[in-house]
Amino acid sequence: MDNIGILDAGIVALLGYGVVFFGLILLMIVLTVMGKIFIAAGNRKKAPATAAPVAAPAPVAAPVCDEAAPGTAGQLKLYDTPPKTAAMLMAIVADKMGKPLNELRFISIKEVQE
Amino acid sequence: MVNVGEILLGLWEKSGFAALSSGFMTGGWQNLVMLVIACVLLYLAIVKKFEPLLLVGIAFGCLLTNLPKAGLYHQELWDAFMNPDSPVYHSYGAIMREGGLLDIFYIGVKTSLYPCLIFMGVGAMTDFGPLLSNPKSLLLGAAAQMGVFAAFFGAIAMGFTGTEAASIGIIGGADGPTAIFLTSQLAPHLLGAIAVAAYSYMALIPMIQPPFMRLLTTPKERQIKMIQSRTVSKTEKIIFPILVTIFVALLLPDTAPLIGCLMLGNLFKETGCTDRLSDTVQNALMNIVTILLSTAVGATMVGSTFLTVQTLSIVVLGVCAFILSTVGGLLGGKIMCILTRGKVNPLIGSAGVSAVPMAARVANLEGQKANPSNFLLMHAMGPNVAGVIGSAIAAGFLLSVFGG
Repeated sequence: MDNIGILDAGIVALLGYGVVFFGLILLMIVLTVMGKIFIAAGNRKKAPATAAPVAAPAPVAAPVCDEAAPGTAGQLKLYDTPPKTAAMLMAIVADKMGKPLNELRFISIKEVQE
Repeated sequence: MVNVGEILLGLWEKSGFAALSSGFMTGGWQNLVMLVIACVLLYLAIVKKFEPLLLVGIAFGCLLTNLPKAGLYHQELWDAFMNPDSPVYHSYGAIMREGGLLDIFYIGVKTSLYPCLIFMGVGAMTDFGPLLSNPKSLLLGAAAQMGVFAAFFGAIAMGFTGTEAASIGIIGGADGPTAIFLTSQLAPHLLGAIAVAAYSYMALIPMIQPPFMRLLTTPKERQIKMIQSRTVSKTEKIIFPILVTIFVALLLPDTAPLIGCLMLGNLFKETGCTDRLSDTVQNALMNIVTILLSTAVGATMVGSTFLTVQTLSIVVLGVCAFILSTVGGLLGGKIMCILTRGKVNPLIGSAGVSAVPMAARVANLEGQKANPSNFLLMHAMGPNVAGVIGSAIAAGFLLSVFGG
């Protein structure tokens, strides 16, 4: 196969492109089926949880909001953002702005849901 | 009495300077040109930040191998290693016995050890979540392999052999380890040129891709905002690498080393009980292998084999492969945009050329230029990681056809 002609090369190229598509389409089907199974399983889990009578929540002590220490930047509010991701984002922002992290104030970080 | 003059004369005769000057017309000039090329590559890596983690090693390997009399790398030893009539045919013992430091480094390239270990690190650093949440992005990863096969065809038309053309074509996969893996198997004499071309173009993605992205998409298409994909469960992420390994390795057994290592690395990341291994693979192992791989690849850039018209053709074909892969991905994105009635931003198709995560970042940037509130990064990561699997499949196909 090392010395192949131009026509054979065209056939090999088309065949190769086709094989890549074939492989990835099959993988796509497998992953789609897997995804649907997991979505269905997730819904099944949620259904009995919502159907079950909801017990009255135990009284929870209101979070004690300590008075901010002098010079503090206050508390950062996180919405759908894990603390690790928030820390990474703050580090990136500080790096891009070229300012030390302790000179910046982050009020809240929210994952954009569209 | 010590004859100082004789000692100095002996030192001169044993020096590389003497070798360069006496053999200037018989290869010395090639060494000098290669030293200049090595310095240019070092400049690009250090000053211009072109994939410095790899290019510094490649450039320095090139510099070391072209220093006359240094004896770090012996092309003739590897030629004998590949010659079936030679007494040292496929004898790693001979390499260990007679080779220099870079010859020993190069054994890891020859045995495909380094590209596979790099793939393990890539797997440990990759989040396949965006791909799992939108499996259709696999189609864009497939579409963006167009450059691989177009460049393969072009290389045949330009007179390259099948194995050489296959190795040149894989540059279009924009995946360094895959290119090195395939080339070291099929056309080891082109390894230096192909590796340098592949990594240089990967570094140039922010310059190569945007003009074609703007050319092939309308401003309206580039403004399309994509809907947030579903959240993927931990279990799905754990099953994924196992499933892909079984599926792809059964489909194309030649891809098993690459896909197997990629998915093993990813499994280390996702299991949650192998954090230490994941950390080692992502950092320590990846760094060590990068040093060995880059210097070994650079060592293959010997003047006599590198300074040829072939290298120039590889450079040209490589850039064509990159452009055509980008075009293929964009066209795939456009088709998906039409089929979904404008729900897919075609820009994410360009990320199908692998080059994780650079290509996805470029797609995101172009999207934000058209609409500053557009966040395409997570959507582009799907085709981006699909491209890694796609280029591994393409390499497996070419290896099964031309690998003998």
